[in-house]
Amino acid sequence: MLRKLMTGCAAFILITAAGVASAEEMVLNVYNWSDYIAEDTIADFEERTGIKVNYDVFDSNEVLEAKLLAGNSGYDVVVPAASFLERQIMAGGFARLDRSRLGNWGNLDATILERVAAHDPGNEHAVPYMWGTTGFGYNVGKVEAIMSDAPTGSWRMLFDPDVVAELADCGVTLLDAPTEVFANLMGYLGRDPNSESPEDVELFEEHLSKIRPHIRYFHSSQNINDLANGEICVAMGWSGDMLIARDRAVEAGQGVEIAYTIPEEGAVIWFDNLAIPSDAPHPENAHLFLDYMMEAEVAAAISNYVFYANANGASLPYVDDEVKSDPSIYPSDAVKENLFADLADSPAFTRLLTRAWTRVKTGQ
Amino acid sequence: MRWRTFAIAVPYLWLLLFFLAPFAIVLKIALSEAMLARPPYAPLFEWGPDGSLAVRASLQNFLFLLRDDLYWKAYLNSARIALISTAFCLILGYPVAYGIARSSPTARTVLLMLVILPFWTSFLLRVYAWIGILKNNGPINNMLLAIGIIDEPITMMQTDFAVYVGIVYAYLPFMILPLFARLVRIDHTLLEAAADLGCRPLRAFLTVTLPLSLPGIVAGSLLVFIPAVGEFVIPALLGGPDTLMIGRVLWDEFFANRDWPVASAVAIAALFLLVIPITVFQRLRADQEGA
Repeated sequence: MLRKLMTGCAAFILITAAGVASAEEMVLNVYNWSDYIAEDTIADFEERTGIKVNYDVFDSNEVLEAKLLAGNSGYDVVVPAASFLERQIMAGGFARLDRSRLGNWGNLDATILERVAAHDPGNEHAVPYMWGTTGFGYNVGKVEAIMSDAPTGSWRMLFDPDVVAELADCGVTLLDAPTEVFANLMGYLGRDPNSESPEDVELFEEHLSKIRPHIRYFHSSQNINDLANGEICVAMGWSGDMLIARDRAVEAGQGVEIAYTIPEEGAVIWFDNLAIPSDAPHPENAHLFLDYMMEAEVAAAISNYVFYANANGASLPYVDDEVKSDPSIYPSDAVKENLFADLADSPAFTRLLTRAWTRVKTGQ
Repeated sequence: MRWRTFAIAVPYLWLLLFFLAPFAIVLKIALSEAMLARPPYAPLFEWGPDGSLAVRASLQNFLFLLRDDLYWKAYLNSARIALISTAFCLILGYPVAYGIARSSPTARTVLLMLVILPFWTSFLLRVYAWIGILKNNGPINNMLLAIGIIDEPITMMQTDFAVYVGIVYAYLPFMILPLFARLVRIDHTLLEAAADLGCRPLRAFLTVTLPLSLPGIVAGSLLVFIPAVGEFVIPALLGGPDTLMIGRVLWDEFFANRDWPVASAVAIAALFLLVIPITVFQRLRADQEGA
């Protein structure tokens, strides 16, 4: 018996060792945002390559960052937002891309590559995936009923204390993402969205404390369901999330109508990127996956499913008209000019802003 | 003799492996400096090329906690919420444990099973279920509206009330089980003797049952209080933005500020302020009882 067991073990060790020596094992570990891929994207990739994909999801950049910075996350492909990507590159978190293995690189939109290059010089570490804006979603019927002249095209819906006070009972929420709230509020007040001056943090805190009593909660994913169910009326949110809420409201058939606004004062534009951690166990498979994700039809299918604009210029012919012609997904050039990126902040400024944010939220 | 040494060594090894070693790692991070790297803090020990060892430790992070009253307030608020939750667990749990202890052995098995049964569902799912129950158009509000007791929904979600409901619900079994274990061992003839000597039931409960069940009360309260102080999930899901607890502050330091050293300092301070005094107290009390 013992002998049998030992032979078995030896055989197993030999097989594993041989597998490692010949090529990478046929596995890929992907860590992506929740609700951020089409239903068949992964299955099609597995079928085509024979690589088994372990697909995991997260719902905040912070959680992803903590895993990356701790090291040995075990992931081969992750999807950080550009401002986080920037810092993680500086910390040595990502492997350089091997462009010779990325034949579909040419499909990417040149202007978007250029904007992402502000975070990742030379686009050496990341493939831009999807992009969107941080505006607000609102319940058309309820807002109309409470305030017929509501400024639905403007940040006043969230930042004008009088308007927010009027809408408060119906439920007004903010993202629990201080840097984006800060940038949007600075834009609304006509200041530099990427300012790092302590005076602007004071201004931010002072202004937010005026609307704070009327804010139901600060959360970054709960707003989807709550908007769709009519639990809340106005929510600062990411474009795709608000459009998912719009869709769910239609599906529920309760007569709730949700609309998304990119405010006229301008809003944060952000880019999510596919990148390979520097300690990824399967970098070759990761390159295969990135190249697959850059295929025009694959990228288009994802946009059609998640309602986010992709960074793939060649995919546009395959993107549904319903998505392509929706100005809240693919905004007009005039609107695009008003959008501003949210750049990475210094640690000192981050601490200042987090502290102000806690004071705003808790009053302490 | 050798076996005895071994038997004693096992729990100590356990303690060393799963408490002291992680604690040493956290302490090491708390004494270092944050920096943009992987991992995001400066190394505490550095071997020079000539084999010399440089140690760079600083208490800055602990001093930092004293500079801002945020941390104190968060500690106190966490302790307050945990204390109130523990009290409610005790008020609800004692009668339940008492009832189970006094029921027939067959009924007892079933009742204990019912107490443990919720653990078979994921903790997270159970907390999520409370969101459904407490929300504005949830069953409670809808029922009250239908009966006509209220005209508009009562806001229960995102309030401290919801946090108490969540914590009491989640930790109630940890109160009931040790209480039951104690109550079931109480000798009934003592109560009969009290009754025979003319003692009323309430008096008998206060002078006989309650003191005898005290160790169970203490054990149950600690089992509820200690994890409730550091609770993060329940206040994050059910609580409002103004529910300031140490778990949230720790999250902010770790994830938002990316300052692992300060986050570690917050964790260690929590240990020394809340957990160690309680454990020492418990130890002293146990010694007294033993003597």
